[in-house]
Amino acid sequence: MTAPAASADAPSARSFSSAGLVSVAQLAIVAVLLAGALLWMGPQQFVNALTLGAIYALIAIGYTLVYGIIELINFAHGDVFMVGTFLSLIFLTTLGFNGAITEPGLLALVLAGDFIFTMIALGLIGVLIERVAYRPLRNAPRLAPLITAIGVSFILQNAVQGVPPYFGFGPFNANSPQVFPTDWFVTLGNASIPVLSLFIIVTAVVMMIALQLFIGRTRIGRAMRSTALDRDAAALMGVNINRTIAITFLLGSALAGAAGVTFGLQYGVTNSGLGFNAGLKAFTAAVLGGIGNTVGAALGGFIIGFIEVGAAVAGLNRWSAAIVFGVLVIVLVFRPSGILGQQTGERA
Amino acid sequence: MSVIQDVKTSAPAPGIRDRVRGFAGRHRSTTIIVMMALIGIVLPILAAFPPFTLFQTQIGWIDGFTNAGVFVLLAIGLNIVVGVAGLLDLGYAAFFAIGSYTYAYVASPFGNSILGIDVAATFGDAVGVVFWPMLIVGAFVAAVFGILLGAPTLRLRGDYLAIVTLGFGEIVPIVFREASTVTNGINGIGGVYRPWLPGVGTFSGVDPMPYYVTTVALVAIVLVFAYRLVESRIGRAWEAIREDELAAAANGINTVSTKLLAFALGASTAGIAGVLNTAKLTVVSPDQFTFTISFTVLAMVVLGGMGNFWGVAIGAFVIYTINNVILHSLNEFFHGLGVPVLQDIDFIQLQFLLYGIALVGMMLVRPEGLFPNSRRKRELHQAIDEPGEDENTLSEVTEEGGR
Amino acid sequence: MTDLLVADKVTRRFGGLVAVNEVDFTIPEGSIVSLIGPNGAGKTTFFNVLLGIIDPSSGSVEFGGRRMIARPRRIALESVVWVLPSAIVLLLGFLLEQAGVVGGFFVTAVIAIALLITTLLLAIIRPVWYQVGLTKLGIFRSARPNDMVAAGLGRTFQNIRLFKNMTALENVLIGMHSRMDANPADAFFSSPKARREETASDRRAQELLAFVGLRGVGNELAKNLPYGDQRRLEIARALASNPKLLLLDEPAAGMNPKETDDLMRLISRLRRDLKLTVLLIEHDMKLVMGISDRVTVLEAGRKISEGSPEEVRRDPRVIEAYLGKPVE
Repeated sequence: MTAPAASADAPSARSFSSAGLVSVAQLAIVAVLLAGALLWMGPQQFVNALTLGAIYALIAIGYTLVYGIIELINFAHGDVFMVGTFLSLIFLTTLGFNGAITEPGLLALVLAGDFIFTMIALGLIGVLIERVAYRPLRNAPRLAPLITAIGVSFILQNAVQGVPPYFGFGPFNANSPQVFPTDWFVTLGNASIPVLSLFIIVTAVVMMIALQLFIGRTRIGRAMRSTALDRDAAALMGVNINRTIAITFLLGSALAGAAGVTFGLQYGVTNSGLGFNAGLKAFTAAVLGGIGNTVGAALGGFIIGFIEVGAAVAGLNRWSAAIVFGVLVIVLVFRPSGILGQQTGERA
Repeated sequence: MSVIQDVKTSAPAPGIRDRVRGFAGRHRSTTIIVMMALIGIVLPILAAFPPFTLFQTQIGWIDGFTNAGVFVLLAIGLNIVVGVAGLLDLGYAAFFAIGSYTYAYVASPFGNSILGIDVAATFGDAVGVVFWPMLIVGAFVAAVFGILLGAPTLRLRGDYLAIVTLGFGEIVPIVFREASTVTNGINGIGGVYRPWLPGVGTFSGVDPMPYYVTTVALVAIVLVFAYRLVESRIGRAWEAIREDELAAAANGINTVSTKLLAFALGASTAGIAGVLNTAKLTVVSPDQFTFTISFTVLAMVVLGGMGNFWGVAIGAFVIYTINNVILHSLNEFFHGLGVPVLQDIDFIQLQFLLYGIALVGMMLVRPEGLFPNSRRKRELHQAIDEPGEDENTLSEVTEEGGR
Repeated sequence: MTDLLVADKVTRRFGGLVAVNEVDFTIPEGSIVSLIGPNGAGKTTFFNVLLGIIDPSSGSVEFGGRRMIARPRRIALESVVWVLPSAIVLLLGFLLEQAGVVGGFFVTAVIAIALLITTLLLAIIRPVWYQVGLTKLGIFRSARPNDMVAAGLGRTFQNIRLFKNMTALENVLIGMHSRMDANPADAFFSSPKARREETASDRRAQELLAFVGLRGVGNELAKNLPYGDQRRLEIARALASNPKLLLLDEPAAGMNPKETDDLMRLISRLRRDLKLTVLLIEHDMKLVMGISDRVTVLEAGRKISEGSPEEVRRDPRVIEAYLGKPVE
């Protein structure tokens, strides 16, 4: 149990690999688990778990992308997500949308604008953070960027807390306009499912698929993968490392922005301390799925969603953070490379 | 210490500064004790004169110095973990909390009812005497929790330790808040006994002097221990691990147990600080141990100079004093002015924004801190002076560590 | 002459690539053995397996008559060993409480926690008797680098890995770490034992520096030493742990002929004066052929030849591996 073992025990699968072929047996196990969860918590809570899971998944992907490419746990990522919820809030309230929009055309337009604005703005914030706080320390001892990451996290948190009365929010909960009507339901059997939840789940899944395609099919995606595998070699092959890393931050932060928008729509409330817990849970999701693996992060996000909602169903909602933390420690002890993470040494 | 050093110190016509340095190097413990005694005497005297009296009374200052002393203890402990061994612990307040609650359980009526003991009946008026052994017990309990937390995570790479400690720091207050049947929940445990010492009696809630002297003595003792450890074989092993884990392991250092020891010792120092703090406040509640405490102490260590115990002690002292005296005074001052915009600025709130900026700025500009440790400085600058070099060694670690 | 180190069919795969393929290898006590082969032949991987840095995919390594390295077996069971005693105690407490013993559960809970902490500590410190006990239960965990050093293996690195920001003397003192036994309590109270040990170590470190030809540079920072001296310092650091076997990974890399000659003399002296066994990985054929008792040649993960330097030099397979097939 020594240093080298340590660095290797930890997942350092850094190739953004997608899942390998899943066997029929694995699919069967997943199906049984899902069916069990559905029976136990009922369809409403089941959908809630999926919704929450989708939000965690979007955040977790940001952790995994950044970790995959520069092996840094971006502590500020949870707070980046929190800033996203506020950007969305600012966008909607500034344009004067404070309540539900029932006109579908207008709703689509506003949501599209909200997503685009928040994702781009937050993506740029992510790039800025990387440029200012991480890039100068890329070759410094590991401790240094970790400390700046935690510093950035605190700056974001307190800056949002301190941008006070102008937008009508202070240190406490701020109301985020729920422009998507929360009283639209579809009826499935005897359960009525909110359309909003379906919208969030579908949006998240579409974004994740788009990301997967982007990484897998485009030139920039290839540059990201090669940089993750071996930065020096990629640089020798003509990959612009700085730009690739910046793009990675852009993508991760943009997805956190999407998560921020959906969070506001779903819960109608946000606060500047939100990022801490969300970040911890999303990070757990990323480790659970196998850090460095985007599909794993998504999977982990959904698992955490189920764990948290399950805890609430079982009447333990105040303990949910403790339960998730327990999961994190157990995963780190028994399978630090996560569910889909590659065992190291396998990458020759 | 070594032959060669002795040769150096006896080189022709050494300056007075060198001579003092040489003496301090050879009699480290004596130096620390003398220095702490001097500081302990000078501070209360200074506090009786302007400009100090402009802010608050001498009693207020001594009380403030005592509280600052608690943070100095915390910073020294965290410095063992972060500064010397190079492990990032972001949940340090959790061990502070554990030490605090440990004392509260043994030295309060509520805690006693939970444990099923009654120390008040045993010791009568001198019940506060339990404070002294509890310093050690608190340290021990915190160390045990440090080991339990560190054992699974220290095998992994450093970043994981950071996030796990972050989570732990968040969870511990939650547990103390939610497990209300045994912890009294959010209200915490009150009525904690104050320390008792023969000749002094039970420490008074009005006169901070006994607490002050106790704190100064504890800081001195902890400093002596910290320095002795760092200059021993174990301290060398910590530094080796910080510089190059693989090479350290290849030279026979059990990296896991060595790192765990640093972690446990850091935790135990926080435990001592917790016991002291609770004995002074006489109440302990979960909201005293938020993440801001961990963060503040980390800022103290980084700003003070990672690896340098005197540096972080001074850093902690200065930052605490600025926060709790000067910012408070500024707040009161501006609130009193009644100017609309200035009135809205909350300087206490601002303090964390400033910490954040200071941490980032410090790592970028002067990563070794204000009072640097010379070796730490070389390491942190090596990356900047010789770009790419550290990168190479890092990728080798991952490659060679291909288990 | 007994064999100090015996590697038995050591194999290491990386995905589909077989880096080391069923290599049998022995090092007789008191000999100087060299391992050579073209680049990418698997020398470094093999070396890392011997050192406990990489687990083998199959095969095992015995060192000093003790089986140290092999594929781990049933390590998941080890966590059961940690938890089981305290679980049993807790169960007992629960039964006691059910049987009406007031406070039985509380007392056993305390005992259980204490037990858990003890077992965890054991698992971290891993004393030898604990490992032997585990082996009896069929649980085997491969030795880690520090275990190998404790057993008597010293090494140097191909690309020097000194603690650059420490002085030469401190580097050697770190090498001595595993042979010192001042514990934290000794350090706390600055016990006479600890002080004696520090003084003795200091003296020995100076001696070692002098032995490798670095007299008087003890207070120099390692990174400020010239290249050849850094190599020597690394050897001194490896010697500090009193090894029985010294593994030198390309010690002559980057050295000029004169430095190489000095190194050759130093290695011979290691055997003569310190009775050391030496394993050498090297590209410099002059060095290898000059001092080795035996040479083993690896190519593409396989052992293709073994014998005295003369035999190996004439082996057609070796010539082919290094020079390619003769053109027909």
